[in-house]
Amino acid sequence: MLNRTLAPESKLVDEISFIEPLKQVLDNGIPVFTINAGKQELVRIEFIFENVNWDPSKPLEAIAVSHLINNGTTTLTAKEIADKVDYYGAFLQTEYGADQTCVKLYTLNKHLNSVLPILHSIINDSIFPEQELVIFIQNQKQSLQVSLQKNDFLARKHFANALFGDTPYGSNIQPSHYDDLKRADLCDYFKAAYKPENCTIFVAGKFEETEFNILNRIMGNGWNNDAASVGNKFNFSSIHKGEILVERPDAIQSAIRMGTLAITRNHPDFPGFQVLNCLLGGYFGSRLMANIREDKGYTYGIGSAVASLKDAGYFFIATEVGAEVCNSALNEIEKEISILKDELVQDGELALVRNYMLGSMLGSLENAFSHADKFKNVYFSGLDYSYYENYIKTVKSITAADLKDLANKYLNTDDFTKVVVGKK
Amino acid sequence: MVDFNRFTLANGLRVLVHEDDTTPMAVLNILYDVGARDEEQDKTGFAHLFEHLMFGGSVNIPSYDEPLQRVGGENNAFTSNDITNYYITLPAVNLETAFWLESDRMLSLAFSEKSLETQRNVVCEEFKQRYLNQPYGDVWLKLRPLAYKTHPYRWATIGQDLKQIEDAKMEDVKAFFKKHYNPQNAIMVVGGNVKIEEVKVLAEKWFAPIPTGEKYVRNLPKEAVQTEGRKDTVITDVPLNAIYMAFKMPARIDSEYQAFDLMSDVLSQGQSSRLYHSLLKEQQLFSDIHAYISSSIDEGLFVIEGKLVEGVSVENAEAAIWAELDKLKAEEVTDVEITKVKNKSESIMVFAEMSLLDKAMNLAYYELLGDAATLNTEIDKYLAVTPARIQQAAKATFTKEQCSTLYYLTTQLTTQDA
Repeated sequence: MLNRTLAPESKLVDEISFIEPLKQVLDNGIPVFTINAGKQELVRIEFIFENVNWDPSKPLEAIAVSHLINNGTTTLTAKEIADKVDYYGAFLQTEYGADQTCVKLYTLNKHLNSVLPILHSIINDSIFPEQELVIFIQNQKQSLQVSLQKNDFLARKHFANALFGDTPYGSNIQPSHYDDLKRADLCDYFKAAYKPENCTIFVAGKFEETEFNILNRIMGNGWNNDAASVGNKFNFSSIHKGEILVERPDAIQSAIRMGTLAITRNHPDFPGFQVLNCLLGGYFGSRLMANIREDKGYTYGIGSAVASLKDAGYFFIATEVGAEVCNSALNEIEKEISILKDELVQDGELALVRNYMLGSMLGSLENAFSHADKFKNVYFSGLDYSYYENYIKTVKSITAADLKDLANKYLNTDDFTKVVVGKK
Repeated sequence: MVDFNRFTLANGLRVLVHEDDTTPMAVLNILYDVGARDEEQDKTGFAHLFEHLMFGGSVNIPSYDEPLQRVGGENNAFTSNDITNYYITLPAVNLETAFWLESDRMLSLAFSEKSLETQRNVVCEEFKQRYLNQPYGDVWLKLRPLAYKTHPYRWATIGQDLKQIEDAKMEDVKAFFKKHYNPQNAIMVVGGNVKIEEVKVLAEKWFAPIPTGEKYVRNLPKEAVQTEGRKDTVITDVPLNAIYMAFKMPARIDSEYQAFDLMSDVLSQGQSSRLYHSLLKEQQLFSDIHAYISSSIDEGLFVIEGKLVEGVSVENAEAAIWAELDKLKAEEVTDVEITKVKNKSESIMVFAEMSLLDKAMNLAYYELLGDAATLNTEIDKYLAVTPARIQQAAKATFTKEQCSTLYYLTTQLTTQDA
């Protein structure tokens, strides 16, 4: 008779293998890191540019350039670019991040030769037509108006601004910032940022010598942009601590976001801090979820995270809770953090978190794209794969006492910035 | 190409196996053939609430999540108007844990009062977070009952209102389980670093002892053909005017489904699409505009939705959408356009094969539609669509009589004008 009360035997995740990229260089000096893996005849190519020339009075420059870069070049109109990319079943995306901006292409290999010239034109010859800028301003302002009515958006924005002030990490974008955008500024930014010495290429998918040669032939020549630029560099010391309440009288839920500056991926405590974060709010079975969702039913979801940017790391907890239980939820969050600081985590829970994190790491290496993403994480932190070795070692070996120490070192709620949008 | 094998247990459970040795992981996906369309009209939102309760412990295992996390696994689920789908991903070496957990909750739940109480609250908070506390969040709570009058698609998966969820009783939970959660009403897909022989042994061991249960025979009221245009207007505290138009379109397994899907792509896939180019870029009537299909198993919806540029009248915006729809009726789409949307469909299908979980979910869904093997031939149906068939689809669909239009208007602008 089958005994269903007993769990089947299980094994620890032991072997986690990473695919390290091949480094090559285009004729114009751009480094190309390639994860050549997968069965499907497709490829993702990312052109990543460091953000430069930060000017707090023009916070939307890099963002607008990223959005509008595929909206017209000296040889192609916005419509022609879209027509060509779509015709080949390719996907061209631009992504603005606080540190880097990415022009990303997904294509079937058979169309690589046809779509790369479009990218070359975009990255070299964009002209940012006035008419496209006008449409962009109008539509982005409208989109921002909608976002400004969302509690979680407001909470994120106020929290980031309290921690990071008027930098790309925290800039408090208002509709009026869009009105200030000037075509000439966009062209200047484009010339300064989208140049070979500011670019790194990451490739993932089926990508062999033939494909590399196509890439080099089309993208490896001299590029047009070569204006001088200054890399962005930030220090954060004067953060706004304490409570920020943004009242919205009609709210039926309140968005909570709280946390503080913390450490970046380079810091030796970072992997241990990730274990601590996982325990507190980093997975479905976390203490915050177990208490505030699964026991109290105050929310649909609550979580915490550690984030590592180029010039700052931070920790935060985020949730949306019923407005009438907002204070109770805040108290429970405080309580869970105190417990981490005062009490040792039990062996069973720690073992569970270890296994969960290892399984999760294994599962996050699903395909060529995810291997490339793992590489980018360490690359942009100036680290190598020994970071992951150390991460895995830490997850396997960290003790309850270590975690308690880390909680006391990094989770001092008196120093937290606590944003509530809605009602308390 | 997604290869698979399949077998059926004596109790009726269909099992599909997709071997993929490029990953160290395994997926166990179970699709239950029950969705919000199977709910009674005074107990809506129940299929989804029930999905939450499936994580509240089963008859022999008090906690579902914990043992899974302990072996490095993760899980989640979703409910739609048609199906409820549960999935686990975990290191393949621990595959049996997934069989143990999933089979026990198919056998029977713990039916804990505490779990019901908590999940009622959680689902109410989900209702607020996603539908009530967001600008435009309740659109589908308004649009569904406008477009459907008799078919249960007239309510959203989350339910008609908070009250029906708050009123859910344990006896309802038990009855729902008995009616829908049995082996013959489920399709299981096991994929990843697994072997068919191993899956057969585990399926026999853990799932074969589960009783067959009663067969649920679906008998849903059929929606009558819409013969009169419908309009509704919401005026509320949102920043922009918006318009939503919904037309009935054929069921998922209809032979013309792919023509409709490609027609929505011609209108709205990418920045080269007609609505984006004409209405957003050239005429600048909308700051945001999309066309899409609901892809539901029974007769579905072809939806066009857009947010208006400030100062544009909703009547002009609506007329401009109609002009685009009339163009589809009057002229065939060009060869370039049809090639473009077919190429895009091909790309999307190849990219979908990058994800083990997507492959497993797709196999289960196509098996439900009739045969998992059609997942691999679906693209041929898209490639066979002609401009004439798209024009035919447009003619049959885009009439004022068959349109349900929702104006979602702002009080903010009117206040400013006054």
